Amino acid sequence: MDLRTSVGSLALDNPCILASGIMDETGEGMARVLRAGAAAVVSKSVGTGPNPGHANPNFIEEEAFCLNAMGLPNPGIKVYAEEMRTAVACGSVIGSVYASSPEEFAELAGCMEDYGACAVELNLSCPHAAGYGMEVGTDPHMVKRIVSVVKDAVSIPVWAKLTPNTHILKDIGKAVEEAGGDAIVAINTLRAMKIIPEFGRPFLSNRFGGLSGSAIRPVGVRAVYDLYSTVTIPIVGVGGICSHRDALEYIMAGASAVQIGTAVLKGLDVFSKVNEGLRDFMREYGYPSVKDMVGVAHE
Amino acid sequence: MNDVVTVTGKSRSGDICSLSFDWDRTVEPGQFVMVWAPGMEEIPLSLSSVGDVKSITFRIIGKDTEALGTKETGDRLSIRGPYGRGYKVNDRKRTLVVGGGIGIAPVLPMMADGLDTALAARSAGELDFALPAADKATGKTWISTDDGSMGFCGNAVQLVKEILKEREYDEILACGPEIMLFFLHRFCVENGIKCQMSLERYMKCGCGICGSCMIDDKRVCADGPVFTCGEISGMKDFGHANRDPCGTRVLFR
Repeated sequence: MDLRTSVGSLALDNPCILASGIMDETGEGMARVLRAGAAAVVSKSVGTGPNPGHANPNFIEEEAFCLNAMGLPNPGIKVYAEEMRTAVACGSVIGSVYASSPEEFAELAGCMEDYGACAVELNLSCPHAAGYGMEVGTDPHMVKRIVSVVKDAVSIPVWAKLTPNTHILKDIGKAVEEAGGDAIVAINTLRAMKIIPEFGRPFLSNRFGGLSGSAIRPVGVRAVYDLYSTVTIPIVGVGGICSHRDALEYIMAGASAVQIGTAVLKGLDVFSKVNEGLRDFMREYGYPSVKDMVGVAHE
Repeated sequence: MNDVVTVTGKSRSGDICSLSFDWDRTVEPGQFVMVWAPGMEEIPLSLSSVGDVKSITFRIIGKDTEALGTKETGDRLSIRGPYGRGYKVNDRKRTLVVGGGIGIAPVLPMMADGLDTALAARSAGELDFALPAADKATGKTWISTDDGSMGFCGNAVQLVKEILKEREYDEILACGPEIMLFFLHRFCVENGIKCQMSLERYMKCGCGICGSCMIDDKRVCADGPVFTCGEISGMKDFGHANRDPCGTRVLFR
């Protein structure tokens, strides 16, 4: 059984990538996830300068979901060079960046290329950072400009991570493709809120946060299915993947690879378990390779 | 998952405050919770008692602990947890518990459980909060203060050296300032004594997701906060560097 896959020109030993924002603030954190069996890791979203993110509380986990409003904490692109150096020495690292303008995105992406990133992932989808993320990623014209300016600035593949918090996902996907984007990553978290009744107020200091975990998987699978029927560039599926069956839903909806984030809560062995499960499934159901399963739900 | 608990008791001595509450969850000594109420940031605190009635004990050092210190009986707190790996007691008779400063709080459950315990602080006043529990302890207890105002005059590591002159222990379970743990760890390694130590870093999620509390490749919240001697030996940041809320590595002075 062949677990190898590729996202455009980027070859991967298996389809499981660490999603951005999870254990990836430091180089050694990313290195550990690579050792745990992830084919690649996506870095924390990094901006131009240091950002402490939103104040605590900024995270809460429940049975079927997590809610976070980390607020894009990162030490800034300059200091992050050291973290990238450590991680890149251990495997494939996709550099995630966030910015408020196409030029800033291009500058950050260029740094990630210099740091040895194998691809750059544009965060066009964080739902809890004013002026960033989905605030720039829900306008197809803006998305097209950002992707196109970044494409001109770097030679590594450019991935656009999109938000489900829109009714025009297909239009945004098309904008990425028209601008020359190499892949679409879908989905980021869903904008959400938790209120503590005893206190009569929202739990997160930012009030709003992003919903992740099993609860959002059907939304993500639908988004990937929609995108696969709209664009021809590769898609990376993400949102609530905890098992190989979850990963298969995304792959069969059209994802060439998947990202795993929240499931790390239950243990870093999620990467090896998903890969093991995929191998067994492929053997039992007669799929020689991952590539043979991509998009089969559309047939 | 958060639970909302009601404060059922409060005690305060100097700048050290304890709040107790009924909380129906099993907690190991050394595990911690994320504590929040409106008007403060959520902060991690180890539990200072782990029976049916739980408690948190903290030093008021900033605006969040100050806000928490204003809570009274009847007030409510949001508690997430318990999180992390606590202490593992291997051989009760041959284990010495060591707490330094406010790091005494997380080891109080083990003293209450009858383990031999050494308590160290800068001066007598900083030990007041632990004295009622020390009086009830069924194991041996020792006390030291840096200024000699109570018990042995010296720091935690010096106290441990004194204790080991008269008694033998195979393992030390400790919590305290990193500078104390750094030298205590070195002492344990040099003398072939096993140890487990509770470490501290800036935390956000508290449960192993966000990566803000990394020491080398270990998550203090999920892999720790209690680490073994061997794990600590492999940490190059231990005693040397911290991470700020941005994730920037900051060297200790």
